[in-house]
Amino acid sequence: MERAAVRGRLTWQVGTVTELARETARTRSIALDLPEWAGHRAGQHVDVRLTADDGYQAQRSYSIASAPEDSHLVLTVERLDDGEVSPYLVDELGPGDPLELRGPIGGYFVWEQSLGGPLLLIGGGSGVVPLRAMLRHHRAVGSAVPFRLLYSARSLEDVIYRDELMRMAAHDEVDIRFTLTREQPDDWHGYGRRIDQALLGEVAWPPEERPLVYICGPTGFVETAAEALVALGHDAGRIRTERFGPT
Amino acid sequence: MSPISRGFRGRGRVEADPARVPPGQYVTRDFPVLSAGPTPHTRLDAWSFTIRGAVDDPVSWSWEQFQALPKETVTVDIHCVTKWSKLDTVWTGVSLDTLLDGVESSAGYVMAFSDGGYTTNLPLEDLEGGKAWVAYEFDGEPLDPEHGGPARLLVPHLYFWKSAKWVRGLELREEDEPGFWEGYGYHNYGDPWKEQRYAGD
Repeated sequence: MERAAVRGRLTWQVGTVTELARETARTRSIALDLPEWAGHRAGQHVDVRLTADDGYQAQRSYSIASAPEDSHLVLTVERLDDGEVSPYLVDELGPGDPLELRGPIGGYFVWEQSLGGPLLLIGGGSGVVPLRAMLRHHRAVGSAVPFRLLYSARSLEDVIYRDELMRMAAHDEVDIRFTLTREQPDDWHGYGRRIDQALLGEVAWPPEERPLVYICGPTGFVETAAEALVALGHDAGRIRTERFGPT
Repeated sequence: MSPISRGFRGRGRVEADPARVPPGQYVTRDFPVLSAGPTPHTRLDAWSFTIRGAVDDPVSWSWEQFQALPKETVTVDIHCVTKWSKLDTVWTGVSLDTLLDGVESSAGYVMAFSDGGYTTNLPLEDLEGGKAWVAYEFDGEPLDPEHGGPARLLVPHLYFWKSAKWVRGLELREEDEPGFWEGYGYHNYGDPWKEQRYAGD
């Protein structure tokens, strides 16, 4: 594994919510105005801290959904019903509200042009969020690195960034493939099952082309995808993972 | 001064003894998994644990030899930098005091190394005095590969990334150097009670 130094103190800063966009029934994107933001790299995350009126605080980590080139920092948050912070962010936070955070955090689950490719992004559920930042970054810098996104969701209604991804998928040069594991529309032409070795064998470049792979999603999804790719002959050192625990 | 999050009441306030939950942490009963790459699967007949580097004589144990070492079962609280804490976790393994017994070294630091290329750095004294183990059982069962099996470092008084999964040995060093996450901006020492999550905390 390689190492890149990221130094400097991460201080808490207060942003202002500028826009809220419902992505699915369970997810919402939060655009923030952050005067002190020093920039980020695609794939990094932030720590968000909430404070109750009696001073009680809770903090959690959320992936950044926006590219470094985008005008605002955007977080996309999925509501976990037994969660403490996510229900607030998805259902209660309003435009103009302050939101305290610090970041960017993480330097390994990051893609930028200098890392090359081919770039294979594999997302399960809300695991697509940091991959979307990479995808937007790839488009924003006009990268010629070949890339593919494989996105597994339960149904079309659960696909986050559906319009944006469908629009991109309609372009020939952007290779986005979906698998809908629970429910597929009648005219569905994508995959309709949970990811497995055969599916990844079809979607991934052959191991000889040494794709750089980023997998993000729930633990079971990430384990399945990573193990299948290793079994197919991919170099474990070219596979970067990020797993979602309960938050 | 943190702004009040209008309408946030905090329904996750811990029922656990607050003296056992470091600042910024919440208690979970799950056991989340976090790692930077695919889970390695090392065959036990190819496994060894090695202490090397700034030592007079490197020492190494096979899996069989390691199992024959005196073992301890400990109940400890663990704290992940991603904010979850898990209380009263039960582990069985070999104390680092046992492994370091007889190792002659003037080194002050350790780089733990693992299958898959993961590393993490610690002061040697944090591994001594009944504070650290190489654990191979969780809750009385062989440690699951997702959680670092066949064996992982267990250093519960530091954030859990210091408890290297799939650990294969320790390199003793005269000088401290950052390990994997420490090189990506995570705190060099990682004391959860001082909330040392990231560099500069």
